[in-house]
Amino acid sequence: MKMKYLKNVVTLDLNSDKCTSCGICLDVCPREVLADKAGQIVIKNRDACIECGACALNCPFSAIKVRAGVGCAAALIKASLTGGEATCGCSEGTCC
Amino acid sequence: MAFQKIDMETVSCCGAVPMQNIIADAPYIIGRLPVTGGEVPLVSTKLTWRDHGGTIKARWDINRMNYLVQPGLYGVGNPTPDSPVLVSANYKMSFDYLRRELSGIDAWILVIDTKGVNVWCAAGKGTFGTEEIVNRIALVNLAGIVAHKNIIVPQLGAPGVSAHQVKQRSGFRVLYGPVRASDLPAFLRSGMRATPAMRNVNFNLIDRLVLTPVELVAVIKPLSITALLLLIIQVAGLLTVTWDMVYPYLGAVLVGAVAVPALLPLIPGRSFAWKGWLVGVIWALLVVWFKGWQWDGLPGILQTAGYIGILPAISAYLALNFTGASTYTSLSGVQKEMKAAIPCMIAVFCLGVAALGVGAIVK
Repeated sequence: MKMKYLKNVVTLDLNSDKCTSCGICLDVCPREVLADKAGQIVIKNRDACIECGACALNCPFSAIKVRAGVGCAAALIKASLTGGEATCGCSEGTCC
Repeated sequence: MAFQKIDMETVSCCGAVPMQNIIADAPYIIGRLPVTGGEVPLVSTKLTWRDHGGTIKARWDINRMNYLVQPGLYGVGNPTPDSPVLVSANYKMSFDYLRRELSGIDAWILVIDTKGVNVWCAAGKGTFGTEEIVNRIALVNLAGIVAHKNIIVPQLGAPGVSAHQVKQRSGFRVLYGPVRASDLPAFLRSGMRATPAMRNVNFNLIDRLVLTPVELVAVIKPLSITALLLLIIQVAGLLTVTWDMVYPYLGAVLVGAVAVPALLPLIPGRSFAWKGWLVGVIWALLVVWFKGWQWDGLPGILQTAGYIGILPAISAYLALNFTGASTYTSLSGVQKEMKAAIPCMIAVFCLGVAALGVGAIVK
């Protein structure tokens, strides 16, 4: 079962003028958000995007923009309380 | 083989430059392969009880932040200069899940320093990233050991890795491998082609359940403090604490930390806080029903209102915290949800506490 999160919140933006349809974004997306439609990359399933930023970082032509970050309430709450950066993984400041 | 603690100098978190290619003995190292300029440890593809024990502990948040493998180049099988190079995080669980899939395969494993954090979370932070891969390739002298120019990076590392920049800076081409290590043998057999199924992230019941212990452990600390406070109150003779008083709250915690993650797709609605609140309301109503309260008198009504305010708010908060463990939430979505949910939670929680307080006085 494919679970869906909130609708119409994602910041993903694809600039078709810069895109060369090389397809690296299709390889890195873990959510099948993008698709190759007759040789043109399109956003097929915007609401499935988790804003991981893989496509934007791997696009050699800077054709994709997305505000990447963690979809993690605990990290965001902690960041807003401590003024730090919201990251997952290293909790309790044990790491760096 | 004697277990030797990994030299902390070489794997320390910040700053220290790891020594090149000197990898200390570890229980999973079963041999050493001489290569140009040193030797590469060969690792077993069989997990032992010790490895499984470590995984279970990490799942329960025991030693999870210090469960690591020394970064460097390793091998499985009989790697040759033509064997593929697989990149891994240095979280021991990531490393174990990779090597156990490689029986009968000859390959190199390039373990990069992610401070003991798994691939996905480290990629989000950028520690599983372009910089570390480029540096590690140079440190282990990869170009002097393999005859090709490809490295296979787990796809979930892509949020931290820029393939074209790695190529530009190291000469090595990044091939994104499957999401799950279990698909690696098929990926390698098919000439490094990932099927769409290999590129997708699952989040099934088992995926979710293995994550719930960490959520539970996270609430054990506040629960222990609460238990201690109750004990003090009890001993001081201020109040007789009974199971009857405690179980509604304990249940609300379990609802948020275990039941909601397990039942996630079955609970209507998309917001995690909403899902937690909804199941929390059902729990609160059950509690009211178990207690067989009267609805006509004011004290009864106030206590009922108190539980319906407090218990779902606890569940909702814990369910909201599961957004980080899930695989399908986005930053923008969680921010939107928090903006709406957190003030509501605080409001109903406070109203609930007020109702219970007034109820106790009226009684």
